[in-house]
Amino acid sequence: MAETGPLWDDRPAMTGFAILAACALLAVVAPMVSNGSMPADVVASRFLPPLARDTHHVIHLLGTDRLGRDVWSRLWAGARISLSVGLVTMAISLVIGVAVGATAAFAGGAIAAILLGLTDFALGVPRVVLLLLLAALWPPSAIQVVAVLGITGWMPIARLVHADVRAQLGRPYVAGAVTLGAGRLRLLGAHILPHIAPPVLAAVTLGIGNAITLEAGLSFLGLGVQPPAASWGSLISSGRDTVVNAPWVGLAPGVALVLVVVSCTLVADGLQERGRGE
Amino acid sequence: MPRGAVLGLVRAIAVIFGVVTLTFVLLHLAPGDPVQRLLGPAATTAQASAIRHSMGLDRPIEAQYLTWLGHVSHGDFGTSIATGRRVGALLSDAWPATAALVALSLALTYVIGIAVGAWQANSRSRSLDGAVTTGAVAFNAMPAYWLALVLVMVFTYWLRLLPAFGASGLDAEYLSWDGRIADRLRHLALPLLTLTLIGFGGTARFVRASMRDLRDAPFLVVARAKGVGSMRTIVRHQLRNALVPVVTLLGLSLPAFFSGTVFVESVFAWPGVGQLMVQGVQARDYPVVMAAATVSAVLVVVGNLAAEAIGELVDPRSRSGGIDG
Repeated sequence: MAETGPLWDDRPAMTGFAILAACALLAVVAPMVSNGSMPADVVASRFLPPLARDTHHVIHLLGTDRLGRDVWSRLWAGARISLSVGLVTMAISLVIGVAVGATAAFAGGAIAAILLGLTDFALGVPRVVLLLLLAALWPPSAIQVVAVLGITGWMPIARLVHADVRAQLGRPYVAGAVTLGAGRLRLLGAHILPHIAPPVLAAVTLGIGNAITLEAGLSFLGLGVQPPAASWGSLISSGRDTVVNAPWVGLAPGVALVLVVVSCTLVADGLQERGRGE
Repeated sequence: MPRGAVLGLVRAIAVIFGVVTLTFVLLHLAPGDPVQRLLGPAATTAQASAIRHSMGLDRPIEAQYLTWLGHVSHGDFGTSIATGRRVGALLSDAWPATAALVALSLALTYVIGIAVGAWQANSRSRSLDGAVTTGAVAFNAMPAYWLALVLVMVFTYWLRLLPAFGASGLDAEYLSWDGRIADRLRHLALPLLTLTLIGFGGTARFVRASMRDLRDAPFLVVARAKGVGSMRTIVRHQLRNALVPVVTLLGLSLPAFFSGTVFVESVFAWPGVGQLMVQGVQARDYPVVMAAATVSAVLVVVGNLAAEAIGELVDPRSRSGGIDG
């Protein structure tokens, strides 16, 4: 195994982390400056190309859409929803995944077989199909999307936690902790989880990227976040009809989404490498 | 039959059974009365109870579940609310288009992905390797519906080369047979390109990593020392050994592929199961959606079994009756 330095020496991972941090910062700050609402003179400020000035001499960095709304401001308002959907979803998945994986690893035997069988079953069900099915039966909403994405995203984490916890159980430090009287929860939380954190965090980071993409897909089909709220998916969808005369409306949120997902991959790769080094 | 195959089959049946049960449970958990949805607000109570009786909705839930299982096992999914056609007929029209798209894009994804990954693993140019990796990761991160829009923008509106809609042109009926094939291929090009561009990066990354790990393996040193040509070493020894996890990846990536197809079909109006499903959701046509969910689960499960079978072909060690059983 090649020596791996600390994470902050990993240039790709740190680049990804910087991009994610910048996106999060802009998502918090930019909507405070301007929320990209409709201007009074819609006709004069419709479909302005990027860097154009409107009648009030305000520069629109990424142009405007069909209602004269500033694409840059809409992009970061959408980022608030897209990024928080990704984070909340994976928080749910992480809790379920650690609970299932750790229970299976500690219990072993029949309980482990049932839990792992359940995990395999859940992995076999196509996620998008389940989401579409639910959208057909329940009125779509942001909360529903988050709940379903969270409930369908825990399986890779459960598998990973199960395998890693089992591997750690035989290590001397675990026997030491047990001798000193540590209960199972304390053993897991204080001793084992810190050891297996890098690969689990890598899976979570990848999952955040996946969840953002999936939520955007549902919103693209009109089955996710409902108007007037807009995530990156709804923004891409709104640029669909103007692909010929105003491509920037759909391009900007797509590029932002790709940047965030690539950054998640880079950070996950860095974490993964650290996990293998141990 | 080897034990692995039996286990795989049992798991496949369990997944299909689970999906069929899940759709039934979800339908009954959903808010609102399906009969009210079917008849609209103007229906009288007498009409509603007549329909409820004719659909068997007044019977106990266990009986309804058994009837639903029986119907599904015969491929009978009832009648589409929106179109009035039999759901089975809608599906049998749609599934070949989806299967063709998925099979072709999977084949292209893996051929291109394996070739690129194998080249990268043995490439001496670090900057070129890095550039290809960056490109592959970026394509892999693109959502299918967005890349589809970008390709339509470039190839349909700017270059005016390829059609962006449907599986065949409006004039397909009047073309000669070779013209018809060309027409089909032109319509296939953009959906296929979208799925392949997104998919090959993932495969290439995986192949590159697993071939890199093998680069200095003793059996490769021996092969080179014996004077086996470098191309032959790479393909026969290095690639073949690196291929086993790749085939497993193929099985695992099927659900993601199917998800991609749903969006691609919806953007390109490709007449497959995904489009049928999206239209069904938008029209609240739940018999169609439930049937499409079942069929896609079956397609994914069958694909997984196929991937396992290919895995055994590629890796003789996984066949039962070998040295280590």
